[in-house]
Amino acid sequence: MDNNKNWINQRFPLTKVWNEHLAEYYTPRNFNFWYFFGSLAMLVLVMQIVTGIFLTMHFKPDAAHAFASVEYIMRDVDWGWLIRYLHSTGASAFFIVIYLHMYRALLYGSYKAPRELIWILGMVLYIALMAEAFMGYVLPWGQMSYWGAQVIISLFGSVPVFGPDILTFILGDYAVGDPALNRFFSLHVVALPLILVILVFLHIVALHTVGSGSPDGIEIKKNKNKNGIPKDGIPFHPYYSVKDIVGVVVFLMIFSAVVFFAPAMNGYFLEGTNFVEANPLQTPVHIAPLWYLTPFYSVLRAIPPMFGSQFPGVIGMFAALLILIALPWLDRSKVKSIRYRSWPYKVALGVFVVSFVVLGYLGMQPVTPINALLARVFTITYFGFFILMPWFTSIGKTKPVPTRLTE
Amino acid sequence: MSEQEIDLKKRRFLTSATSVVGAVGVGFVLVPFLSSWMPSARAKAAGAPVDVDISKLDNGQLVRVLWRKKPVWIFKRDKTTIENLSTLDGILIDPNSNELSQQPEYAKNLYRSINPDIAVIIGVCTHLGCSPTYRPELGATDLGGDSWKGGFYCPCHGSKFDLAGRVYAGTPAPTNLVIPPYYFVADSLIRIGIDPKA
Repeated sequence: MDNNKNWINQRFPLTKVWNEHLAEYYTPRNFNFWYFFGSLAMLVLVMQIVTGIFLTMHFKPDAAHAFASVEYIMRDVDWGWLIRYLHSTGASAFFIVIYLHMYRALLYGSYKAPRELIWILGMVLYIALMAEAFMGYVLPWGQMSYWGAQVIISLFGSVPVFGPDILTFILGDYAVGDPALNRFFSLHVVALPLILVILVFLHIVALHTVGSGSPDGIEIKKNKNKNGIPKDGIPFHPYYSVKDIVGVVVFLMIFSAVVFFAPAMNGYFLEGTNFVEANPLQTPVHIAPLWYLTPFYSVLRAIPPMFGSQFPGVIGMFAALLILIALPWLDRSKVKSIRYRSWPYKVALGVFVVSFVVLGYLGMQPVTPINALLARVFTITYFGFFILMPWFTSIGKTKPVPTRLTE
Repeated sequence: MSEQEIDLKKRRFLTSATSVVGAVGVGFVLVPFLSSWMPSARAKAAGAPVDVDISKLDNGQLVRVLWRKKPVWIFKRDKTTIENLSTLDGILIDPNSNELSQQPEYAKNLYRSINPDIAVIIGVCTHLGCSPTYRPELGATDLGGDSWKGGFYCPCHGSKFDLAGRVYAGTPAPTNLVIPPYYFVADSLIRIGIDPKA
């Protein structure tokens, strides 16, 4: 056994990698509930790749056959319904996990120095994931697939001067059709998953370079014993590898319950309209993107056309997404964790979360005068969180940060 | 916490218990994924029995139909052909159809068929899966001259079969051609893919 290990170690840094990233990767000993979602996100990614591989074996990326091939998977392929529901529920689960993972960063200042690059890589991952999810939703070629694609791609058509040409370029046709479906399929099953996997790798390498943050916002590396091991650190393996398994089990219980008993989640995970085949002659009565994209969709709808163009709304929507990347530089506070932050940050974070959730809810609702007004108010508070952040993070009294972990 | 004694025995038990339960779980999860590779309901439906009307079939004439994506030959043998079948024993590997997997019980006879004059054979060479050509002419020079009593010749590797689908010794194919399950729904209607009702 040891001989085999040596044989490999002389040729590949197996033990070195194992130690650096697991057995001797020291992590704060007080990780709480919020720290489950990183490993859960990896689990969901693997699940999506595996179920996706099996769906690809039966799916046909052809406008004439795509819808029927999905129904074929649901009815004729042995266990096809399960594999498809795992994949469609997995998409929503992915975003739930990612949103909680990001919220953890807001709670404990995980994006602050020296972890800015981890945050940026995470944001790129998030954007790539949105593209992946959007293109995946087009593939079943139902009414929502078709009209959702129509609406989202039309956004690019609103770019001044070049808009119409960009639109034709993306579609490979003059409207959403077979070429768009075919190229989205390619991007969805090959290009974007590759990008996601590479980004996850970089995200983790960057994390392991600076070390994990903690709920106290303390760097455990500042307090080491005489062996150079952080006093407040415990090795990731076996302590957190085992703890994460508990998280995985609980997650899978909830996940399976949804897959088996409510895979469409009352229209939130799979919209009813999408069980009707795409029809270019008729838009569904009510059309909305899936829940994970709706906060940004709300921002798009909240900004009125200016100078006869929808472009400002599109800019607003992308700005709402991209402004998150600037977070590490907008935050001026000396402390990282919510536990020691001043009250203005706590209030602002509360307002931000409410804004995000309400915008998400409004994005699923039809536009009414009251909804439009609410969307505008919460768009302002959403952006207010970022624009005022340098100010409200530098006022108010922060609590003293302890030198060692508190629990 | 570092002062606490580590109970290695308990840790080992919990680790193995978790691993065993996890392995069982993975085993269960594998079932649907592996099952999805089996023929789907559509593929099974496409593999349903096919009916062939033979009322217009002449002596020596052969029709090909697809059953489960495989060619099935149905041809009519005249009296001479039927008589010739019993003269070939010496040059065949399995003249009495003793290889049970190659034909249903009711086709284990000299003609390898239910009715001596109607042959139903899966046209897939038992060597490597090509479909042999129909060569009914007697004494074809390229197939051995006078000793050739009509049969099938596989263009891929030269296997020869007689008009009951029995393989010639000394050619690459190891066994006789396969006879599918079939029965006569009526005098001139064959259903291929299903055994006669008991």
